[in-house]
Amino acid sequence: MNKVTNILLAGVGGQGILLASEIISEVMLMAGLDVKKNEVHGMSQRGGSVVSHVRYGEKVYSSIIPEGEVDILFSFEMLETCRYLPLMRPSGKVIVNDWKIAPPSVALGQQAYPENIVANMRQQFADTTLVNGLVLALEAGNAKTVNTVLLGALSNVLEFDRDLWLTALRKMIPERLLAVNLKAFDLGCQTK
Amino acid sequence: MKKVLLSGNEAIARGTYEAGALVACAYPGTPSTEILETITQYKDINASWAPNEKVALEVAIGACFGGARALVTMKHVGVNVAADPLFTLSYTGVRGGLVIVTADDPELHSSQNEQDNRNFAKFAKVPMFEPSDSQEALDFTKLAFAVSEQFDTPVFLRTTTRISHSKSAALLSERPTDIPVPKLERNPAKLVMLPGNARKRHVIVEQRTLDLEEWACQQAFNRVEKGAGEIGVITSGVSYQYVKEIMPDADILKLGMVYPLPKQMIRDFAANYETLYVIEELDPFIEEQVQAMGIKVHGKDKLSVCGELTPGRLQAGLFGKSLPLEDTSADLPQRPPNMCPGCPHRSVFMELNRAKAYVTGDIGCYTLGFMPPLSAMDTCICMGASIGNATGISKVLSAEEQRKVVAVIGDSTFLHTGINGLLDMVYNQSAATVIILDNRITAMTGRQENPTSGYTLNELEAPRVDIEQLCRAVGVKHVQVVDPYDIALTRKTIREEMARPEASVIITTRPCMLVPRDNIERRTPLFVDHDKCTGCKACLRLGCPAITWDEENKKSNIDKIICTGCKVCQQTCGFDAFQECGEKL
Repeated sequence: MNKVTNILLAGVGGQGILLASEIISEVMLMAGLDVKKNEVHGMSQRGGSVVSHVRYGEKVYSSIIPEGEVDILFSFEMLETCRYLPLMRPSGKVIVNDWKIAPPSVALGQQAYPENIVANMRQQFADTTLVNGLVLALEAGNAKTVNTVLLGALSNVLEFDRDLWLTALRKMIPERLLAVNLKAFDLGCQTK
Repeated sequence: MKKVLLSGNEAIARGTYEAGALVACAYPGTPSTEILETITQYKDINASWAPNEKVALEVAIGACFGGARALVTMKHVGVNVAADPLFTLSYTGVRGGLVIVTADDPELHSSQNEQDNRNFAKFAKVPMFEPSDSQEALDFTKLAFAVSEQFDTPVFLRTTTRISHSKSAALLSERPTDIPVPKLERNPAKLVMLPGNARKRHVIVEQRTLDLEEWACQQAFNRVEKGAGEIGVITSGVSYQYVKEIMPDADILKLGMVYPLPKQMIRDFAANYETLYVIEELDPFIEEQVQAMGIKVHGKDKLSVCGELTPGRLQAGLFGKSLPLEDTSADLPQRPPNMCPGCPHRSVFMELNRAKAYVTGDIGCYTLGFMPPLSAMDTCICMGASIGNATGISKVLSAEEQRKVVAVIGDSTFLHTGINGLLDMVYNQSAATVIILDNRITAMTGRQENPTSGYTLNELEAPRVDIEQLCRAVGVKHVQVVDPYDIALTRKTIREEMARPEASVIITTRPCMLVPRDNIERRTPLFVDHDKCTGCKACLRLGCPAITWDEENKKSNIDKIICTGCKVCQQTCGFDAFQECGEKL
């Protein structure tokens, strides 16, 4: 049977989500799999909610993940994680960055940022990993490598050779930022 | 052949290169923009941004009449602007192949309507291909050029957002080396569409559509995929992928060309099934034509005409199945897009709000001036509409109410089609005020150059149009140029010009914060001195993403990581609480 794995990336415009989904797709392509990824450009750049679908397997048709079939919710921001939980398979995994970005209504003091997000999520999805992306990125030496730290954490739950990830990183990341990103990736790999 | 991951837009660019095209032209528009941006890497193609889609098509027509293959790309609503040359181009036909990409936006991810441009193919009698993934986007682009020359017709290539912005694997080939060198060749009976010539061409166009229809029945881009043999589905484009996902056992007639339809092929296919579906997004474009052939099908009785199709919506429509988990996301705080920190438009909308202006809006980043807390936009129809709308509404109002009417329009939109509205405003002596928000770039679509930028698509220097002189030349007597970072001046100028019983233009000039070449000066971020902040919330009226309300302390805070140091907030504060951090960004 044609088994397709579905990863949904979620976060806020400017967090490096599209580059992360690009790198994941590149790994799948190098692994000899069919891969499709999908996202909507345009309005998302301006601090809006951003979502990217990555699907891989022997043969992939739809580039949008069928609702209710997300295997891994790979999220860069707490609140955005909650937004896409309903699209998950009940047996799905969550990897979430420990980071809160206030949406406009919260910044203006009109609405509250939801509380106890991770605890609630763990009740519904036992396999939830919390990654302290910013702390590890700063440890690597650059606050902007949070997305690479998270990729490291993701690589732990996917069965692909480490070399494929490193090759993809080398291909997609500019030379001058490579060393710090490789370090960030390793720190991400060490999270449990 | 090399296998790479390409978006639909990148695949179209590659297909254009592999087809040997020499010219590509466009006005930016989501989801089509990346096609031309990608084409700039192919130096053998002369690629350029035009001021609007009509000009883009006219440039492509010229290149094709010169004997070159030419591509023109636009978003769905862009075809409305380009429709005038399009309908007559259908009559003249081509010399070099001409392909028009229409990138439609079902679900309105970034558009003002979700029109289905397959209707344009039928309306203008122009054949239309519709790819289902990036490989087809590349292949169909090349095919479209060949069909254009073979049948002497422009050819549409229609994508949707999910095709343009999805990435999938595609195989690359080389560009041909024997591309003909264009040279002049006269053929006025074919290219001068006076009534006497055009009447003859119309007859040819009708025959052309019949010929294409017959030919399309024999082509591999329209194909039958056998399943279990019980249910038949006619589909095309991205919908095909959802059918494969949700109905893996169905027999499928997959259409690569959606106009003209291969009628005999459809009859032969339909004859095999008791239950036949047409699965398509938006309008029942294929369904109605199949029904007109006397064939009974299901389609829009099960699926909505509104919004895009998704695997889940297809499943729910046909089989009534819904999500396994309860939807708990409805009550979460929304995260709509916002003007960026340091955006030069922000202060203008705060002042329009304070002045209680009735704002006729336009298409661009500044349409976000609609969002709270700025909440200063009352209409928005299409590119360039703001100025005509202001003139019209002024015609029916009392002199006192007329003073409230202000049109806002960006530099790119002004040059696109706003300038015509300004001509009318002056000529017919409207008293409305126009604000041209000049940030020197087409920002909303991702920062593309335009005639106010001083640079071309290829980032080469170009003459920069002087908007102030242009407005004066049109006959506007009162033109004021202000820096929107100076709130007091912006406020004073807006109030002055609103009160003036004559047409006037205010140009707010500041480059987009996101264009590095225009923002050489680095500024220091600010912070809020909590000893001085009284918690009056005046700064929150700006809606700047860098300013957040600290509920615990009842004071404002600044996120110094995203603060650009524009100091607009400093001017809203009556208590001198906004101070420079003293560290450069």
